[in-house]
Amino acid sequence: MMAGIVGWGAHMPRYRVKVEEIARVWGASAEAYKKGLDVQEKSVPAPDTDSVTLSVTAARRALKRAGIRGADIGACYVGSESHPYAVKPSGTIVAEALGATPECRCADFEFACKAGTEGMAVALGLVDAGMVRYALGIGADTSQGAPGDALEYTASAGAAAYIMGKEGVVAECEHTYSYMTDTADFWRREHQYYPQHAGRFTGEPAYFKHVTGCATGIMKKSGTKPADFAFCVFHQPNGKFPATVAKQLGFKPEQWKQGLLCPLLGNTYSGSSPMGLSAILDVAEPGDRILHVSYGSGSGSDGFIYRCTDRIREVQGLAPKTRDILEGERFYLSYGEYVKFRGKIIMNERGA
Amino acid sequence: MPSANYTREIPQRYRLEASRCVKCGQVHYPPRLICPGCRSRQFETVALPSGGKVVTYTIISVGPSDFAAEVPYALGIVELEGGVRLMAQIVDVPPEKVSIGMPVTLEFRKLYEEGKAGIICYGHKAVPA
Repeated sequence: MMAGIVGWGAHMPRYRVKVEEIARVWGASAEAYKKGLDVQEKSVPAPDTDSVTLSVTAARRALKRAGIRGADIGACYVGSESHPYAVKPSGTIVAEALGATPECRCADFEFACKAGTEGMAVALGLVDAGMVRYALGIGADTSQGAPGDALEYTASAGAAAYIMGKEGVVAECEHTYSYMTDTADFWRREHQYYPQHAGRFTGEPAYFKHVTGCATGIMKKSGTKPADFAFCVFHQPNGKFPATVAKQLGFKPEQWKQGLLCPLLGNTYSGSSPMGLSAILDVAEPGDRILHVSYGSGSGSDGFIYRCTDRIREVQGLAPKTRDILEGERFYLSYGEYVKFRGKIIMNERGA
Repeated sequence: MPSANYTREIPQRYRLEASRCVKCGQVHYPPRLICPGCRSRQFETVALPSGGKVVTYTIISVGPSDFAAEVPYALGIVELEGGVRLMAQIVDVPPEKVSIGMPVTLEFRKLYEEGKAGIICYGHKAVPA
């Protein structure tokens, strides 16, 4: 059996802030942002939520769908650009919470928004090589955007977890591909609180070049064309970029709309395209082929082609579905509550 | 909580591991060295379920310094399926909407930090099921 996904799970906070609320504070046009970015609102992590807590809940849901124990996982990789510690792995905490320790490979991944898919690719590789029976790859972020910057309208929080294996596969991974160059479109220097970006340069020479390069590359390698896919999902820095790239590549709305979560979720950075993929797996049918292309600034894209097996129907209902969580109960925050939740208010140290 | 203590308590804090007395079957959380029911020292490790209901709760309006920014928040006794009870914060719900008997699930969350440079302490909180 070809290696592939045996279980998936996603998680996001219940808190949201609307574009109108952010625009109100900065004197900006909410309509212009909503139209320009195709985003209505974004998720906000509560003060007790970080990339690790989101990862644990997503991974527990993936375990339920996989029908395996945490101890069966032989590798745990968390990809994020908001690891809670500068030095100390997120993966050890996640693996402990799942009961995967001590016989488990572990390291944290960083590559802007594609750290999660790199973790998924390595997990697949270890399984394919026969080094481990099951491996876990997670994309998770509590994304940062500078106050007043365009990023503040989209930077959000969420995670998706994928257990890779060869037994009980729900989506075989038929092909992988990667497309990567050194491109300075988005970065954060050490000790800087917020990332910087190169404005419009983040579009054509960065996102579109790499996503298009990766998507065309993997379709050429696999001998496939857009019509061969039931679904496709691309990295979602906003709602507009993935829709534009999908149209440019020749995909139809019915192929990309199911996985497009950004208009209500925002950009969950490393969690972005993996969360979109989870929403697709929630509804996919046996035999459906899925194209998944991530993007991480700096820059690179990972591509995957999955084909769903008969088992997918059996596991879809074993854990909460991504769109049900996304459109479920939500609590809307004022901008003041939002900046308090995100720790943007300078406070005295405890006891000061 | 000193870091060493925290690390030793990871099995019960992260994975809700409890001890079941081999002799009388009583389940203890947190795990105990001696069974208060039968004085046995023999236990097996069991993982508690994550689902339960609120038995009772209070709303904290003036919290200790680690939780001062979170007030008002609900703190309750949750009875898990199987009968084990534990104390947990009840979050992701306005405190005034918490009620006795409310179904909840325990979810992995950050409990507090040992200051800005110290370790981050994780555990479980109750959220609406």
